[in-house]
Amino acid sequence: MSAVQPPVQSVVPDTTTVGGENKMNRISRFRLLIALLVAAIALAPLVLGNFSVSLLNDIGIGTLVALGLVLLTGVGGATSFGQAAFVGIAAYSTAWLTTAHGMSPWIGLAFALALTGLSALAIGMLTLRLGGHFLPLSTIAWGLSIAMLFGNVDALGRHTGLSNIPALSIGSFSLADARSMYYLIWFIVGLAFLFSYNLMASRPGRAIRSLRGGSILLASVGADAYKVRLSLFVLAAILAGLAGWLYAHMNRFVSPAPFDVRASIEYLLMAVAGGLGQLAGAVVGAALVLVAKNALQDVLPLLTQRAGQLEAITFAALFILLLHFARGGLMGFLRRITKGRLQAPQSADKLGEPAAPLAHRELPKRGTQILSVQGVVKRFGGLVAVNDVSFDVNAGEIVGLIGPNGAGKSTMFNLLTCTLTMSSGKVRFLDRDIAGMPQREVARLGLARTFQHVKLRPHMSLLDNVALGAHSRTRSGMLKAGLRLDREEERQILQEAKRQLDRIGLGDRAHELAGSLPLGTQRILEIARALAADPVLLVLDEPAAGLRRKEKMALGDLLRKLREEGVTILIVEHDMDFVMKLVDRLVVMNFGSKLVEGVPAAVRADERVQAAYLGSVA
Amino acid sequence: MTWDVALILGIDGLANGAVYLLAGLGLVLIFSVTRVVFVPFGDVAAFAALTLAAFETNRLPPTIGLVLTLAVLALLTEVGSLIRRGEHRQIPKALLLWGVLPAVPCLLAWLAARAGVPASLQIAATVLLVVPIAPLLARVVYQPIADASVLVLLIVSLALHFLLSGLGLLFFGPEGSRTAPLASGSLALGDGFTVSGQVMLMVASAIVLSGLFFLVFERTVAGKALRATAVNRVGARLVGIRPARTAMLAYGSASLLAGLIGVLIAPVTTMYYDSGFIIGLKAFVAAIIGGLVSYPMTAIGAIAVGLVESFASFWSGALKDVIVFSLLIPVLMLRSFLTPHADEDEEEVDQ
Repeated sequence: MSAVQPPVQSVVPDTTTVGGENKMNRISRFRLLIALLVAAIALAPLVLGNFSVSLLNDIGIGTLVALGLVLLTGVGGATSFGQAAFVGIAAYSTAWLTTAHGMSPWIGLAFALALTGLSALAIGMLTLRLGGHFLPLSTIAWGLSIAMLFGNVDALGRHTGLSNIPALSIGSFSLADARSMYYLIWFIVGLAFLFSYNLMASRPGRAIRSLRGGSILLASVGADAYKVRLSLFVLAAILAGLAGWLYAHMNRFVSPAPFDVRASIEYLLMAVAGGLGQLAGAVVGAALVLVAKNALQDVLPLLTQRAGQLEAITFAALFILLLHFARGGLMGFLRRITKGRLQAPQSADKLGEPAAPLAHRELPKRGTQILSVQGVVKRFGGLVAVNDVSFDVNAGEIVGLIGPNGAGKSTMFNLLTCTLTMSSGKVRFLDRDIAGMPQREVARLGLARTFQHVKLRPHMSLLDNVALGAHSRTRSGMLKAGLRLDREEERQILQEAKRQLDRIGLGDRAHELAGSLPLGTQRILEIARALAADPVLLVLDEPAAGLRRKEKMALGDLLRKLREEGVTILIVEHDMDFVMKLVDRLVVMNFGSKLVEGVPAAVRADERVQAAYLGSVA
Repeated sequence: MTWDVALILGIDGLANGAVYLLAGLGLVLIFSVTRVVFVPFGDVAAFAALTLAAFETNRLPPTIGLVLTLAVLALLTEVGSLIRRGEHRQIPKALLLWGVLPAVPCLLAWLAARAGVPASLQIAATVLLVVPIAPLLARVVYQPIADASVLVLLIVSLALHFLLSGLGLLFFGPEGSRTAPLASGSLALGDGFTVSGQVMLMVASAIVLSGLFFLVFERTVAGKALRATAVNRVGARLVGIRPARTAMLAYGSASLLAGLIGVLIAPVTTMYYDSGFIIGLKAFVAAIIGGLVSYPMTAIGAIAVGLVESFASFWSGALKDVIVFSLLIPVLMLRSFLTPHADEDEEEVDQ
């Protein structure tokens, strides 16, 4: 699914072109910037007037919602036009609990977050499997319905809403005053940012950042795109829920209007205006939108008597202009002019102190059968793409699958990896019937693949791309990652990724962006990602395409070395010379059926194979 | 619920469905040709209704000002892009197309806005007056970003709706209006049960217009060009169809449909400057039932939405809209379940 198109840079920044000493400089500069920002936020209420403080409170609340949208839309690629409804659910649930039942706002917080999270879970489970533009359209539908519901339920005060919501207090210290509320709001905003930042640089974060690469990419590393998207959706809703809880106890009054689709669009506007590509875009955008809105409210009445109407018009017009001319938002713009100098650096040596290597799989003994294909058929309507093909692959060998164009190699490949479901036949992998199994389960069993059309995340570093491959070997979830409890495992993952990068000879370029590599090298990088999964069987789809002669030789050496280490390889390839020198056995397909199977020399001499490739003599 | 009530609700639902059907056709038309989910469609319909109301009270419709404003913006956009591309010689043509052409219906409306002009002429003037709105908006707002993703276009559409409803408030004011019925009389269906002429007119117009729509699409070159662009933009270009021009044709036709809807609905519902949004959204539910591509499915969807709405309003007037919009979610689920979409290609596009 495509989403708003910011010139998406990586959210977790990479130290792309910057060398070591420069990097130290950047880290200190970045820390200084953060320290200044925190100090400014802490001191602001001491010098600002009441009006400005409550404006900053609004900005803080807007930031929380916009942060959820940056994560969901900017990073995860799923647009929501209903975020304000989640703010509303939380605001109304705490309002109802504290007014109708006189409970403490802190119980209200737990209740509000639980209810928001559960609603998001339910809505997400219903809608997140929708493809393309249907998902955002459905968000309009539930966004509208929920907001209308608020105005029609008696217990929620219908259109008048609920008033007399108690102020927050910590112990006996009341937060009724806007200035004390200010510190709570910005403290929560700070925590939310910290959580999100940690999350982005972690195992679940890498999966989230790969969502836009499609569900097949995620399935190939053993992750479930739907689940990743669902948890991201719930996270964004919880951030909105926090905002709603703060809103209710700050204004002490809730009514349906601030939670309708118009409000949702305004939150989206914040995220877009700030820049969907960066976390910081959330706070920048919220500030930009709310300050502009206030300025308009001040200025327009001086110009016209119809200020209220013009405000809405000006706002919508500004939004449209923004999408016309600056889809990257203010942060995208800043990023261009500072050329990344003011950006959060990747923590200098993320690899850190050595950690215990990730656990390895026990590889099957050389010569035992690990993959067995029996009578596999695949029909697309009337076309039989693969017709009754059978072959075996044994541990520790390299098997080549070749054939002229249209022979059905790619279909066979997709059937083996369970990207496609077969019409009939059996495939056994490690003595398990994998026909009909979801692709990610097969990946988890130890079947790793590469793609003919490279599927890398161009704005992630080489290291992160390879680390994604280790997804199925590790466990840390979003909560653990956000709270930084995953550091030991994260170090293990990154060191494993670095080891695989070293193995393919790209170790010294670990922090470059994958998109900056030439296509041939990207294919090799995919092999490293597959290796990071510690596979039993490596299935490669035309890995030598686009490589130069020397690179091909290096690739051949790498694959032979892997074979020595006990990894089994099935390779689909066009380059005859490369395949013949490499493989132990060949399976030749033609017109969907298996033509010949045998050692390279025999296959080369076979008349049927020659006829298939060159045309028959007769 | 007795049979009488059910019958009344059913008729009511058909009348609603007729409106959603016309709106749905317009939405599908624009989406399939331009990939724009045209949220402001309902606003254009509301503007038409309010224009007719202005005519009836012998006021000069404020829509004239709106259309002229948009024309100026479109003209500036067009001339600006011509100058940037160095095609100065095209400017007179642009002046004619974007400046003079939209002014023609304004002139007609100005002439029609006086006492004594027959109602039928005023209705014609109303419909003609709103026809330029969608194409002008498209020139200013959508054409410069025609290559953006569906989602960017969708966000722009929503923003544009808010812009238009702001403009609606500015030009038409907050008061609602209702116009005189177009068709008087009623048809007795035995047992004291009658169907009003207006409802019959609505249903009949929907049938006739969708029939016309079908004929234009199947039988004319322009219709075929629209279909070709919808199927494959690049392919259409290769055989000499200009996507920008077909897009304008689509917007123009949709605007015309919106004008007719406004005129049909104004006598039965009190229309406000922002009433169009909800009408448009319900037509959307219908269009989505058709996957935003299929006209026959959209028609079935429109009738279903109309009936659901009418029966839901019997059950709970306040919650009828909630029910209709919640209906969208199971519909979407069914759609995405039935059509295994090839989302993988789409997903990579946005980098």
